[in-house]
Amino acid sequence: MEPLEQLIARINSTFPGSEVSLMPNDAPSSQTSLLVSRKDGRRVAEFFKSDSLLRMDFLSNLTGVDWPDTVTKQKIKTKRNVDGVEKEIEETVETRKPGFLEVVYHLYSMELQHGPLIFRMRTENRVDGVHLPSLTPVWRGAELQEREVFDLYGVRFEGHPDLRRLLMWETFEDHPMRKDYVEPDDYEFEPTAHDEVLTKAKAYDSCAVALRT
Amino acid sequence: MMDEGLRRELSRQGIFTTTLEGLYNWGRKNSIWPLQFGLACCAIEMIAASMARFDLARFGAEVFRPSPRQADLMIVAGTVTKKMAPQVVRLYNQMPEPKYVIAMGACAISGGPFKQGYNVLKGIDRYIPVDVHIPGCPPRPEALLHAFMTLQKRIDQQRLTGPSSPRHLKESEPSEFPIPAFGAHDLTPGKNPALWSPPKIIRGS
Amino acid sequence: MSTSHLQLEAQTEPAFRVERRPAVEGGDLLEVSMGPQHPSTHGVFRMDVVLDGERIVKLKPVFGYLHRNHEKIAENSTYLGSMPYTDRLDYFCSLTNNWAYALTIEKLAGLQAPERAEYIRVITAELTRLQNHVCLIGFLLQDMGASGTPLMYAFREREAILDLFESLTGARMMCNYMRFGGCRVDLPAGWLEQASRVVDRFPRFLEEFDRLISGNEILAARTQGVGVLPRELAINASITGPVLRASGVNYDIRKVDKYGIYDRFAFRVPLGDHGDVYDRYMIRVLEMHESLAILRQAIRDIPPGPIMDPKAKIRGFKPKAGEAYGRIESPKGELGFYVISDGSPNPHRYRVRPPSLINLTVLEDMCLGQTVADSVIILGSIDIVLGEVDR
Ligand code: SF4
Repeated sequence: MEPLEQLIARINSTFPGSEVSLMPNDAPSSQTSLLVSRKDGRRVAEFFKSDSLLRMDFLSNLTGVDWPDTVTKQKIKTKRNVDGVEKEIEETVETRKPGFLEVVYHLYSMELQHGPLIFRMRTENRVDGVHLPSLTPVWRGAELQEREVFDLYGVRFEGHPDLRRLLMWETFEDHPMRKDYVEPDDYEFEPTAHDEVLTKAKAYDSCAVALRT
Repeated sequence: MMDEGLRRELSRQGIFTTTLEGLYNWGRKNSIWPLQFGLACCAIEMIAASMARFDLARFGAEVFRPSPRQADLMIVAGTVTKKMAPQVVRLYNQMPEPKYVIAMGACAISGGPFKQGYNVLKGIDRYIPVDVHIPGCPPRPEALLHAFMTLQKRIDQQRLTGPSSPRHLKESEPSEFPIPAFGAHDLTPGKNPALWSPPKIIRGS
Repeated sequence: MSTSHLQLEAQTEPAFRVERRPAVEGGDLLEVSMGPQHPSTHGVFRMDVVLDGERIVKLKPVFGYLHRNHEKIAENSTYLGSMPYTDRLDYFCSLTNNWAYALTIEKLAGLQAPERAEYIRVITAELTRLQNHVCLIGFLLQDMGASGTPLMYAFREREAILDLFESLTGARMMCNYMRFGGCRVDLPAGWLEQASRVVDRFPRFLEEFDRLISGNEILAARTQGVGVLPRELAINASITGPVLRASGVNYDIRKVDKYGIYDRFAFRVPLGDHGDVYDRYMIRVLEMHESLAILRQAIRDIPPGPIMDPKAKIRGFKPKAGEAYGRIESPKGELGFYVISDGSPNPHRYRVRPPSLINLTVLEDMCLGQTVADSVIILGSIDIVLGEVDR
């Protein structure tokens, strides 16, 4: 397979104005990936599938990743005039980076027997802008996996023929694989509780507490 | 009750006598037909137990019935998820009396390795009464055989009348249990309080 | 089975509803909810089927009855802590699951299993493939109505292999044997001899099975031309494993990726022509012959030496931030793991690419127009294990 930089150049020349960038990967696996913008997702996917050098006919793996909001605190020293005297004041500045949901695709080619080509798409945010183009019309193999990502992460795939929950029941409301999911509270009996489970179990008059106090 | 000496004397003469109770228990304990119903990994060991090497047929229990209407025993073999729990209770309710339950494996007992899962029921005894628990992940087929022998012993000890009579002969005992419903975040209710409450450790001073 | 009238009372919502209307031939359409407790669906799998007489006009699989939150639990535990959970994914093939996970983490952390460990992995993985295929065939024939005998034979052979696993790993099914950068314990004394005895005895069983079943008229009538999966659809729907190869696509990850040391062994990849249930059955039989060939070579060539990468750390294992996708050819298809590390002791994202689930994408396509009895064997021929479908 050609190097990803070259591939990006080719995508940009085929679809002028498209936003595709390289995502580094520090692990020894050196599986670097492409970040494709939402609006280009569908046509870039079709390009991957039909391009004669790539022929990515096999969507192996599709998965969601949750990146919650991050808050970084920075201490910044500023000089300010206080009562006519210049003083150095330390201030903490909070920068809140909004989180997003990400979907990662692993492509292989059965025809040319190469791969993987990894690309990812990101939603706008985690609350209401959770839409991504569905790739089921390109690869049928995405059908159940997109349903799973919808179920567990809440990503809405536009253009999916049958977007229902896959694993949980229909009336279930949460998206349990998100990092901020709060699981139902059934910690009445925890014989070997530790760490967080112990704190949860302590809310009940349960064995765990009985054993430790 | 027939005198034990008389019984022996009669059997020496070729006359076999027994009690109704003995006959009833003998029949029940040697033809426990399980429901053909596997949930997860433990079910494979259950199948292995019914195959030639371990030969569950020795206990008269090799007749796995696909329909709960024909089954006496439910082997809860595997993880009961919250999505599956209503179905398990429903199957139990559909079984005719007398009926028994073996909770096979850590998952059926308490959720086992998957206990911290949001969709895993932490023990089937929250919804239906369990007669025999077998620990293990998965329990070996021998352990399942042991559970069968335990169950047979328990059946054998049951009297037709009096306080130690089996559950299905008591008017007041229910034979069906409420089926939990799917809620927005969890099953409702999360347990049947008439059946299960968290065990307490009582330590003497 | 129940009519749609009874279906309305069911606790769970059906995946779809059809209006009761007269069908073309004057009969009613019938909704049947097969499962989650059904003698033929392997485990707690449910299919909502709409029938016109005996013919299937619509079919929707319903999943999730064994959703055990493997991925969530794994994201909350350490890397090694998830290894025992991988055993319970596809509970027939714990050793190949272990391998796929170990392979991924080795990619993530840059570890390399030593020579002997690679051989042990090949041997155990091929034994796993043998016992998986043998059970699958037993179950498939059971679904076809050959109740008892083939399954008994299959489990007899399986027990011989499980004995090997037990003496090596201490457990029959849940082996939890592989580690990042090697294997947990070395082979016990006499294990290889025992293994080669099992391998030598296996062809006799295969022949016996072939004589008993493969040429059987009923088997042919029930399976040939049933549940055909066209080649293009198979590729497009990401089908992998024996199901894909039965449709004539030459794609075996052991040959493509040459992971581990598979490039050292001479073996062939059986391919089907028609993509029907019979082809899928025969592919498994032929794959068992090839597995035996690999096993013979591996048992002959296995070198002495260490079984763990000296760089590997069991305690305090914290790979650098990054991600890796590793995949192997498990008996069911492409089993992949995708792990994102953020530098902490537990993974940020842990994903299993389940071959059983993705192979079910085409279940409806294969079943349309077939009879309801055929849907059972079509499902059986895909070879699913619910622990992996729902995870
Ligand atoms: S107890 Fe262990 S073997 Fe049994 S179902 Fe649970 S995880 Fe599987």
